[in-house]
Amino acid sequence: MSAHASHAPKRSGIADWLTTVDHKKIGILYLIAGGIFFLAGGLEALLIRLQLMYPELQVVGAKTFNELITMHGTTMIFLAAMPVIFALMNAIVPLQIGARDVAFPFVNALGFWLFFFGGVLINTSWFLGGAPDAGWTSYATLALNQYSGFGIDFYVLGLQIAGLGTLIGGINFLVTIINMRAPGMTFMRMPLFTWASFVTSGLILFAFPAITVGLVLLMFDRLFGAAFFNPDAGGNVVIWQHLFWIFGHPEVYILILPAFGIISEVVSTFSRKRLFGYSSMVFATALIGFLGFMVWAHHMFTTGMGPIANTLFGLATMLIAVPTGIKIFNWLLTMWGGQIRFPTANLFAVGFIPTFTIGGMTGVMLAVPPADYQYHDSYFVVAHFHYVIVGGLVFGLFAGLYYWWPKMFGKMLNETLGKWNFWTFFIGFHLTFFPQHFLGLMGMPRRVFTYLAGQGLELGNFISTIGVFGMTIGTILFLVNAYVSAKSSKRAPADPWDGRTLEWSIPSPPPEYNFAQTPLVRGLDALWVEKMAGNKGMTYAEPLGSIHMPNGSFLPFIMSLGLFIAGYGFMYHNYVVVGIGMVITFGCMLMRSLKDDPGYHIEPDEIEEKGVKA
Amino acid sequence: MKSWQQSWRQLFLFGLLALTLSGCGMRELSALQPQGPVAAMQFDLMKLSASIMIGVFIVVMLILTYVLIRYRKRPGQEGIPKQVEGSHTLEIIWTVIPFLLLIVMAVPTVTTGFTLGKEYNKDEALQVRVTAHQFWWEFEYPDLGVSTAQDLVLPVNQKVQFTLTSADVMHAFWIPALGGKIDTNPGLENKMWLQADRTGVFYGKCAELCGASHALMDFKVDVLEQDEFAAWAEKMKGVQSAEPAAPASANAVQGQQIFEKSCLGCHAVAGKGGKLGPNLTNFADRQRVAGIMPNDAEHLAKWLRDPQKEKPGNNMPNLNLSEDQINSLVEYMSTLKVQEIKR
Repeated sequence: MSAHASHAPKRSGIADWLTTVDHKKIGILYLIAGGIFFLAGGLEALLIRLQLMYPELQVVGAKTFNELITMHGTTMIFLAAMPVIFALMNAIVPLQIGARDVAFPFVNALGFWLFFFGGVLINTSWFLGGAPDAGWTSYATLALNQYSGFGIDFYVLGLQIAGLGTLIGGINFLVTIINMRAPGMTFMRMPLFTWASFVTSGLILFAFPAITVGLVLLMFDRLFGAAFFNPDAGGNVVIWQHLFWIFGHPEVYILILPAFGIISEVVSTFSRKRLFGYSSMVFATALIGFLGFMVWAHHMFTTGMGPIANTLFGLATMLIAVPTGIKIFNWLLTMWGGQIRFPTANLFAVGFIPTFTIGGMTGVMLAVPPADYQYHDSYFVVAHFHYVIVGGLVFGLFAGLYYWWPKMFGKMLNETLGKWNFWTFFIGFHLTFFPQHFLGLMGMPRRVFTYLAGQGLELGNFISTIGVFGMTIGTILFLVNAYVSAKSSKRAPADPWDGRTLEWSIPSPPPEYNFAQTPLVRGLDALWVEKMAGNKGMTYAEPLGSIHMPNGSFLPFIMSLGLFIAGYGFMYHNYVVVGIGMVITFGCMLMRSLKDDPGYHIEPDEIEEKGVKA
Repeated sequence: MKSWQQSWRQLFLFGLLALTLSGCGMRELSALQPQGPVAAMQFDLMKLSASIMIGVFIVVMLILTYVLIRYRKRPGQEGIPKQVEGSHTLEIIWTVIPFLLLIVMAVPTVTTGFTLGKEYNKDEALQVRVTAHQFWWEFEYPDLGVSTAQDLVLPVNQKVQFTLTSADVMHAFWIPALGGKIDTNPGLENKMWLQADRTGVFYGKCAELCGASHALMDFKVDVLEQDEFAAWAEKMKGVQSAEPAAPASANAVQGQQIFEKSCLGCHAVAGKGGKLGPNLTNFADRQRVAGIMPNDAEHLAKWLRDPQKEKPGNNMPNLNLSEDQINSLVEYMSTLKVQEIKR
């Protein structure tokens, strides 16, 4: 790689994917890795529901069941939901703001590989003496050495590595959105998905340090004999809960805000109307993000904080209903007076509205502390957060995937399969989780590996398990759809949905430099503005010129591999291995710091050539 | 046409009835059939918040249904819909109305919160000290000098003030029919009061993941008439201070010897013995073996054969007893009674 190469050092096949710093390819990597972890988490969910299909079943043992629920929660939140969100953020946000890449492409790749190796590390626990089994919240005492096995070490180290990846990913998107917007793309002209990604990245920046502190303390307790959480040695067991939920509650909004963004884009496009109340939507997004940090202790009403703290946190929580309500009514009014089409993307978006409303309603009910004493840690809570995370986030992600798939892959997804996917998943979802509200109120605690016969809990559990088959079929249909689409030779047009935002003004999939010429943004819904002005495409803010591109690099992959190796060293108290891992990681950092990598340029004649091909 | 409508209406009513009957769960276990003032207050709050929320949901659904039917794209429909920016009036309406609804909810939330947060001293309420263990419950009545496990015995129509802690990991103490739960934190103490308005047996559960057998950490609440409760407490106290009477049959005497040799290190009977396992003074009065299996000879023997099989991860080792030894132990343990409960 010479200092002024004008051509990319071409790597192909697997080497290309391991070294890429292109946000679109990293988006696909996030989607594939997140998708695989999603399937693992789904398989765990299936086993959980099979075990609970009838009372006193023995599909899996008690300890295995606790491992399954722990890994299901941990995998779904950290290794499936977050990466798929990052997949869409990577694939779409730079396009929506008219940028050629994220601010730090190298760091972007590093973020992905850290997440990936962290996730793999946690999952290897299945083969190395048992998975973590103290729940995804991993409450100390149960997560301390005296009471649980080796598995928790994988949780503690894997999440630190993966969390580092998420944190630098969040910082990267903050910088990108602040600095890389095309001329004319003011903050108040940014599409709602970009706004949501911006607020989510801000939440990541402030929330992840809290869990990192918690994990480090837990690591010291477990690996080095400290006693932060050990009451026998003067520790306090409640501190972990605070640290966890100071992260954990904003995490819920980290997950759901991007879904709100997706729904806003999809509903508006398929109603052929601009988003109703755009500025109040932006305001509501930011307000939810802000209030999200004020309410963590509503996860701890039964911890024994006393009525004053409980009441204050309860009332603060209720307040979140107001901006959330604003969003729901704005979506309804966006559709009002429109021309609504129902491709699969919009089916998921429309299905999202009642489903998420139910999740929000039970959320307000949970904000009433005295009533929460009954709901807390019961199946009512399980039903509530699955309505929010599956009925809200996963429906939103499906909507986003069906909507942006042509932009990401250049191929359309099949609509017939898509409709089957929606209906099986939608019906299966409600069958699974609606009865769980009642199971909780009828006295079923969560995280139980079985329940005794004759306590009135049989019917609800049976229906719930049947519903899971619907969700399983829906997920399989999505995989089939992705496969069929990959095999088909039909190419997607640049703008299949009559889109409104910048990403639809460039080919599907976009060339590596995204925009041959940086567009000039002349209003909210930049492409729609041009369409209404009778223009065929965007007007440009610059003449066609040579484009500076970053080089790919193996370093992010190797740097993350080093931490992965060091992680095992810590767990097995083998400090030679720790040393090897650290040398690899810090060596890569040193190399990155000392070696100049000025990237390469794509010249205008090359761009025109490609433009014709695309 | 009319009969068709009527049969649908009947079917609907029948369905609703079936749902309400099966939808509330067992009276002994369900939070939806409150059996005391705490659970009743909590149920009232649930009903209030659920009604408000269902009202909001109906409004959302009505608008959604209307919009989806009225504004779907029709074949051949061309032209661009009006691009509405927003409406300040509407936005103020759907900011202010939810806010008012929240205030309606907030007022009883605050008052009930403080009512439930009260602490009662020993003149106002029966004091009970709860210590949670992996996977069983210890109940002490400090003012009565009585200690028991697994079956919590309470007087009807009297406030009970609980002080709760844990001997190992966090657990949560939950009797849905009487009221909500509270965590038991090792090294810390929590307070909660409850009251039962009727006699009978209610089911209690652990609600905080506490290890392999979290699901099996059940207990029972036996609510007695006040005079019956007083009599029970007297008998418990008497048994705990007096020398236990020798059992009648030779087999049981042999059982007692095995018990003193192998079990007393962990399990107390009548004031003697260790505290690592549940106190067994009134074992034969209890509803369940280990909180989960019917308390009869067959299930007790099953438990003694392999405690780890019935309740994985609990602290009782397999004592490798012979069938004869088990038989004697079962017979001895069936004599550990202090009351004649009418069931």
